[in-house]
Amino acid sequence: MLFDLLIHFLMLSLLATGGAISLAPEMHRYMVSETGLLTDAQFTSSIAIAQSAPGPNILFVTVLGWQAMGPWGAFATTVGVMAPSAVLTLMVNRLSLSRSDTVWMRALREGLAPVVIALMLATAWILSESWWGEIGVLGLVAITAMLTVVTRIAPVVLIAAGAVIGGLGLLG
Amino acid sequence: MALQGFGGVLPIAERVLVHQRRWMTPKEFVESLAIAQSLPGPNIVNLALMVGDRFFGLRGAVAAFIGMMAFPTVIVLLLTLLYQTYAELEITRRILLGMSAVSVGLIAGMGLRLCRTQGHYRAGWLIGLGVFLLIAVMHKPLGMVLLALGLPSFLLRWWQMRRSV
Repeated sequence: MLFDLLIHFLMLSLLATGGAISLAPEMHRYMVSETGLLTDAQFTSSIAIAQSAPGPNILFVTVLGWQAMGPWGAFATTVGVMAPSAVLTLMVNRLSLSRSDTVWMRALREGLAPVVIALMLATAWILSESWWGEIGVLGLVAITAMLTVVTRIAPVVLIAAGAVIGGLGLLG
Repeated sequence: MALQGFGGVLPIAERVLVHQRRWMTPKEFVESLAIAQSLPGPNIVNLALMVGDRFFGLRGAVAAFIGMMAFPTVIVLLLTLLYQTYAELEITRRILLGMSAVSVGLIAGMGLRLCRTQGHYRAGWLIGLGVFLLIAVMHKPLGMVLLALGLPSFLLRWWQMRRSV
């Protein structure tokens, strides 16, 4: 099982266009729906924990692994998701294929931008699915999304506010 | 640097690399970032690898990677342990529910905000809609969706750019 987890994340690594969050739907499919390694609540809380701490948001992958299978699980998911893309980055950097103004680099970036955006929205959708009918929770999701679009409040402030609102029992 | 980056390390990286240490010019920074964003993997980690590799070779890349990841990993794991220790309590469940809702809202908001940058590539809206339906509603595997829509989107954009030059 641990080995399967490692292999799965190794394969995902090179699909991580536009950051780790674009992998969340696929990780959710594998870890929650397919293998049952995690519950919905555990999956979403992993993202919340990673976002509330300083550092790269990719760390939610580490938390996912830890919650599923302890330290070795964390090791498997983290190394799995990091290693292939890190090697590729260094290779491209060395070969200096990497002039950012070459047409194919720009086409790659711009062509995949709508895919990445759609994956973010799909992530939000999938993670909200377990809250259907819970008006309070969905309301908080919507308000946060709106605030993110129209203001520049730091994410950590919003998450702290969410912790307080939840802790007071306002969400049921 | 990594520790100062609540909700994203990128702005801090720009300030330190370009303005404080002057290891890169602003133009070099933007170019490196563009490459880091084009490649798979987390942007900020890719950027750290590239900067480290450029100045100190492979050792630099490894050092930059560890520097970027070590402390944040420890902190996040401590939080996870804390959460797991008290996961049974009702209050923990409530707090995490609030934080989770905000996290999901942040991701949705980020996606919506980025939509505004997408005026010039019209076919992109259709591609995006297709990706959303396949992934969110139909729960199709990511690899398949990237092959079916991501690859054509890249080729289409490439063709459009070649033609306009």
